Amino acid sequence: MMCPYGKDYLIMSVRSLFLPIKSVGTFINCIFSSILDFFISAFDVVFSILQRWIGIRGMPYVFALPNLLIFGIFILFPMLLNFVYAFTGGIEFFPDRRPWVGTANFEQLLTCEDFIDPNTCYEDLFWRAVFNTSGYVISQVGLMVIISLITALVLNRNIKARGFFRSVYFYPVLLSPIVVALIWKWILQENGLLNGNIAGLGYDKVPFMVNAQWARFWVVIISVWAFMGFYTLILLAGLQSIPSELYEAAKIDGANDWQLFRCITLPLLMPTMLVVLVLSSIRAVQIFDVVFAFTGGGPGTATLYLVQYIYEKGFSSPSKQFGLAAGASLLMAGTLIVLTLIQLLLRREEA
Amino acid sequence: MKARNLFVLSMVMLLLAACKPAVTPTEAPPPEGVELRFTYYADGNEADEMQTILDRFMAENPSITVVLDVVPYQTIDEQLPVQVETGEGPDMARITNFGAYRGKLLDLRPYLSDPGYFESNFPTPVLAAMRAEGDASGLHGFPDSLTVTGPYVNKTLFDQAGIELPGDASWEEWTELTQQVAEATGVQYAISIDRTGHRFAGPAMSMGATLIDASGNFTVDTPGFRDFAEILMGWHDAGITPSEVWLIGDSLNSCIDFFKSGDLVMCMSGSWQINGVAGDVGDAFDWVVVPNPTGAGGSTGVAGGAGVVAFADTEHPEEVAMLMEFLIQAENYGAYSAGTLSLPAQTEVASTGVDFETDNASVLGALSAYTAEIPKLQDQAVALNVHPFAFAYYRNSANRIAQYLTSELSLDETLQRLQQDIDDAIAEAGQ
Amino acid sequence: MSAVTTFLARRCGHTKLNITDIITYLYLFFGVVIMFGPILWLVLSSFKTAAEVIKFPPRLLPYRQDTIVVEGYDDPLPLFEVTLDDGSTIKLAQVRRIGLEGQMIDPANPGEIIKVHINDRKPIESVVFGLENYIEGVQSFNFGRYLRNSVVVTVFATILTLLINSMAAFALSKYRFRGRTTIFLIMIGTLMVPLSVVLVPVFLVITKVGWNNNLLGVIVPGAATPTGVFLLRQYMLTIPDELIDAARIDGASEWRIYSQIILPLARPALAVLTIFSVMWRWNDFLWPLIVLSRSEFFTLQVGLNSFQGELNVQWHLILAMTMLTLLPITVVFAFLQRHITTGIATTGLK
Repeated sequence: MMCPYGKDYLIMSVRSLFLPIKSVGTFINCIFSSILDFFISAFDVVFSILQRWIGIRGMPYVFALPNLLIFGIFILFPMLLNFVYAFTGGIEFFPDRRPWVGTANFEQLLTCEDFIDPNTCYEDLFWRAVFNTSGYVISQVGLMVIISLITALVLNRNIKARGFFRSVYFYPVLLSPIVVALIWKWILQENGLLNGNIAGLGYDKVPFMVNAQWARFWVVIISVWAFMGFYTLILLAGLQSIPSELYEAAKIDGANDWQLFRCITLPLLMPTMLVVLVLSSIRAVQIFDVVFAFTGGGPGTATLYLVQYIYEKGFSSPSKQFGLAAGASLLMAGTLIVLTLIQLLLRREEA
Repeated sequence: MKARNLFVLSMVMLLLAACKPAVTPTEAPPPEGVELRFTYYADGNEADEMQTILDRFMAENPSITVVLDVVPYQTIDEQLPVQVETGEGPDMARITNFGAYRGKLLDLRPYLSDPGYFESNFPTPVLAAMRAEGDASGLHGFPDSLTVTGPYVNKTLFDQAGIELPGDASWEEWTELTQQVAEATGVQYAISIDRTGHRFAGPAMSMGATLIDASGNFTVDTPGFRDFAEILMGWHDAGITPSEVWLIGDSLNSCIDFFKSGDLVMCMSGSWQINGVAGDVGDAFDWVVVPNPTGAGGSTGVAGGAGVVAFADTEHPEEVAMLMEFLIQAENYGAYSAGTLSLPAQTEVASTGVDFETDNASVLGALSAYTAEIPKLQDQAVALNVHPFAFAYYRNSANRIAQYLTSELSLDETLQRLQQDIDDAIAEAGQ
Repeated sequence: MSAVTTFLARRCGHTKLNITDIITYLYLFFGVVIMFGPILWLVLSSFKTAAEVIKFPPRLLPYRQDTIVVEGYDDPLPLFEVTLDDGSTIKLAQVRRIGLEGQMIDPANPGEIIKVHINDRKPIESVVFGLENYIEGVQSFNFGRYLRNSVVVTVFATILTLLINSMAAFALSKYRFRGRTTIFLIMIGTLMVPLSVVLVPVFLVITKVGWNNNLLGVIVPGAATPTGVFLLRQYMLTIPDELIDAARIDGASEWRIYSQIILPLARPALAVLTIFSVMWRWNDFLWPLIVLSRSEFFTLQVGLNSFQGELNVQWHLILAMTMLTLLPITVVFAFLQRHITTGIATTGLK
């Protein structure tokens, strides 16, 4: 089914340089699998006894238990605690010492004379963050899907050194957000690498970071740069699962390349595209670390996004308003869940 | 299969044995000794200097081990309060926000051999800032340095432009002069100020702002505050200031990097930068610290500085007090000031003078210039940094003024929002 | 247009280079520059001195001023190229600078001081890949200790994550039981809430459990990742149930089915999760910062960030240490990258 790809000569020759490393790798692999074998046998005894005791019907609970326990204690429970914080006030950490304030936090967040103009809201920064985040999500997800798709299409062609190029596009995914922000800050700041070159060519420097439009533009570009490798690979996998007979049959029918793309590639890639869309939207709404380290939300509040607002209100600001932060996080999570459900429902209807 | 399993079993045991100490610490102090944890952050070489002093302390008191945990400043600012609140805090810490731990700090007085020495050698407002309400005599910690804000000026650029450095001059005059220098020498930027309400407060007070009144209330909407906000706006409009300092970021940004690289004629920062400036500028140009510019309210910088505090949750109050008392002794305190090139907040050390560990003329000049600023400080300029809501003001004012500079808010809206931010923080704390 | 459309469609088996191939390779090489250029910049900058890091205009390569040891002076003196009054240039070493005037000497004739205006001198520089930043960085904190903590956290957390996530995914994908849908939906729901917004409750829970300043507090809580369960479940759904039924008829226990049928078949998905887990744990900063306050437990990321003071950031050290932390993850990636595409091929698609 696959195309007759040429061998990745470049990769092969590079690999041969690291033969000793490879044998070390095999050695490590061997050790790991032996350890694994040991554990598997050890667990088998325990699980067999359990299975005899509670029967096959009880086994799924046993398998799910360790994960559920940790999940429940360290993820779910803190999130439920957030409800307690959202309906209480003050600066106390311990929920039992916090006075009940009812919906006051939500009221404060939602007090606006005119919801279009953040300046008329009591919590103006919250609404600025809401608008900024919406704009960011729409442009970032759109660009992310387009660029990842093009890159996946290119990588899916019969090219040399595919493994190398694939790794290159994926590598930034491995960087920590702080490092990503640092690199780009040095490139884009007024005295950065890019402006150094622009000035060297005799042009005026461009305010890449202090102009609101530019800053928003670069935040989108940087986040696409940092995460696109992941989505590209998902799409690439989707492309490779499309049977090539379909193309051949269509070509015999005289379809041109554009028709092939529009009538075969796109529709068959749709499920994968939806996964990319859902995952990248969730991540886009949660954008925080990269931008926080890059612009800190500036210039002014041009790149202040929701999670940063919540983080600052509840954790990093000297006056910790946990209640307000928890309220905002509940509003955000609620919106996200609703949006995801809508996307999933649409998808089910399509399917 | 059996033999293999045996091998694997032994490998696993080995692995577990190797990793065990990491998971459950076995490096506990010797049973008869006491271990103190000291959470510390550093802007430069402070941790090394502190370690030297601690080593001396441990040599004199072999039964006490002090571990210096050097953390990012972010931890001090964000995590430490939570840790202390939940009883997971260290025994001691180096902090900047003196008012943040009131009620959570250890009163050293009962454990000190000479509380009088402690009390008389540090400024009363700082000691008072650490006391819980109703406590008039507690001793909880001490400032490890005294910092003053004031501008750095690139003297070589003034020389090259053939312009004389003025003595006392207003902010308007400095703006004019530095702009001339920048133009004459082809340097990028003329003038800038660190992005924080702390640095902003000095010029605003010099221009007549009453930020904190006698009873400790914050008022931001005053003519002096407005005047300096407008001057700052003027710098941005004229393009003579590195705009990334104020427009980007969520809390503190300094103009000092632009100054160090020789791209900025005048940077309003503070005395804690001396060491870094000396190191990074090296021989590239001559720099001086000039008196704070004058205005309708006179000429004042703002006081500040980090400090060392002890927490009430400690299990070893006697040992903590011993160490604190050791640290404030003139000999040790002076050594720390000399090594970190910081101004002493300890009266005895300040009056005898510090023999700073440098022969760099610029550094010595800057140190004496900042020392000369201390007596000029207005009362509110001293009260600001130890005010319980000072840090709410610092961050919010920087962010709100950035909104003004980017025209998201008018000046009226900016001041109104800022006042609301501070009032909300005070109200939330009182709830 | 035709070229573009060819490019969009899947074409295989070309033998000669046509216009589409050229566009393809142009795109790829452009991509290499965009994706790798910034990282190369990071690598080169890590060799720069503190002053060079903030210099404008920035230079790609780490330049350093040449120095020369001259008799009679303890420290090596910086070298300059000086333009003399008659227009000729000469190499001089500077003893010191006073105001606008540099006091220079000719290294060949160190006795005589030559006074030069600072505008007439130009530093002589050459590219030096000095390791000072690395050495200073490694020495200024307990590098070995932090490295070991990072490795312990990453290795154990990844093993734990793989184990419990795959067990849960097995249960969720291969059994029908009461509460299955609820559990799955709740897990998906929590995907929507990032850690940064629940820091305070999480800290309270860790404290109640007593895992402050314990590497367990860093390892365990993040192990039950909803993302991992989701990825593995989607992959396991594609494994035919007939295999399991056949094994049951043969009398295999449920654990045997899980460990000897499902796990080997899910290897690609496990490889993906391994890469992500290693990446998350190795780069994690916020969580260790909350849980750990004693330096003997610090991980590399926490140590790295202690170069950020309140008022001053030591960029040159951060750069060098960042490079060191990047190395291990790059190696892990190099070993596992072949599995990524196959792994992702069937995860998250159903």
